[in-house]
Amino acid sequence: MPDFIAEWLDRNDIFTAMTLMEYWGGMVTTVQLVFLSLVIGLVVAVPLAILRTVKNPFISGPVWFYTYIFRGTPLLIQLYIIYYGLAQIEGIQETFWWLIFREPFYPALLAFTLNTAAYTTEIIRGAIVSTPNGEIEAAKAYGMNWFMRMRRIVLPSAARRGVQAYSNEVIFMLHASAIASVVTIVDLTGAARNIYSRFYAPFDAFIFVALLYMLLTFALVFAFRKLENHLLKHQRPLNS
Amino acid sequence: MLDLKGYGPALLEGAVVTIELAFLSLAVAITLGLIGASAKLSDNRLAKGAATAYTTLIRGVPDLVMMLLFYYGGQVAVNMLSDHIWETYEIDFFFQFDPFISGVVTIGLIFGAYMTETFRGAFLAVETGQIEAARAYGFTRLHTFRRIMLPQMLRHALPGIGNNWQVLLKTTALVSIIGLTDMVRVAEEAAKAERMPFHFFIPVAFVYLALTAGSELFI
Repeated sequence: MPDFIAEWLDRNDIFTAMTLMEYWGGMVTTVQLVFLSLVIGLVVAVPLAILRTVKNPFISGPVWFYTYIFRGTPLLIQLYIIYYGLAQIEGIQETFWWLIFREPFYPALLAFTLNTAAYTTEIIRGAIVSTPNGEIEAAKAYGMNWFMRMRRIVLPSAARRGVQAYSNEVIFMLHASAIASVVTIVDLTGAARNIYSRFYAPFDAFIFVALLYMLLTFALVFAFRKLENHLLKHQRPLNS
Repeated sequence: MLDLKGYGPALLEGAVVTIELAFLSLAVAITLGLIGASAKLSDNRLAKGAATAYTTLIRGVPDLVMMLLFYYGGQVAVNMLSDHIWETYEIDFFFQFDPFISGVVTIGLIFGAYMTETFRGAFLAVETGQIEAARAYGFTRLHTFRRIMLPQMLRHALPGIGNNWQVLLKTTALVSIIGLTDMVRVAEEAAKAERMPFHFFIPVAFVYLALTAGSELFI
């Protein structure tokens, strides 16, 4: 090991077990927040995307409006509106909802979920719309009804076309989750901010957390590459 | 009519700050993007490696973390630099590293990485025949770049630039976290003081919506 690293480790007062545990706690919160919002967002987005492709404007219109609003405004504002706004709703403090939304975690989860659902809806819609016509015609010729066509033909083929854009959205979400620290959640960034203010050591605190985020990002990129290879197996050239 | 409780002028000033920030960062991002794309496409391995490291690094780190690093770290770096200059040359040199500068630097750096990818793709989309023809006419490299590559590349890059601009505009909201009094910051203070979050945040959200929708018309 080079001398300067050994020397730096000797003089290291910041990365003690205590602060490492704080970073670990932040990592757990970040992963929970991102994972939950992505999963719920995806579950919400699939039916919304199907509704968005319906010809009737009274059905597809509201979905378009929702995605337009949530994609056209910054996530930070959405978070502020939900975090500060929920507490201001008349009478919410007497209902059981208050027990849930009193914690900052749940308003943040709601904001992130709504945001990612909007982007995911558009990604899936794009993939559904670009389904080759022949596939649908073939399914019709086989006598499949609408539901079976969706389940067996349109959605699986849309998943193949959407997975690349969706992996970008997942990484975007991981990065966007850093703003959870603004509403007093101690996620990775929140932990870094606490440690920065305790030691007044911006480089150590933030570069370390940047490395942790990079680790998470590259793990996600790797996982999605595996998934893409799996989904697009049929397109792989022979002998490779 | 919407009653902004006297925060109207402050919100308007904040909106101006947001727009200034967005345009300055866009300029930085486009410059960095052109440099980055040229480096990535060059034969120089060092330049290629540096540009690849730059884009990979930026895409791995959240924008807020970068911003906090530049804002808090930037001031510490300036302090260390000014101490060093004072001790060695006895020159009094100091400046305050304000949130506006760190906002422009961070957003410019982040979107510079995205622009690098956009421009790289656009440069590759220019047909090689065009470059060969320019060379056959005896154009110098700089001349080829300016007269042949740039105009044709821009056509391919424009949709990408538009997308990046839309995302950039929304990213500027983050500077309120490091204390720049932009629209979001003013709205936050007003909402806290008046206890009316919807009243202040929803108009600000609509300003962002108008900005993104308005810029859609130009792209």
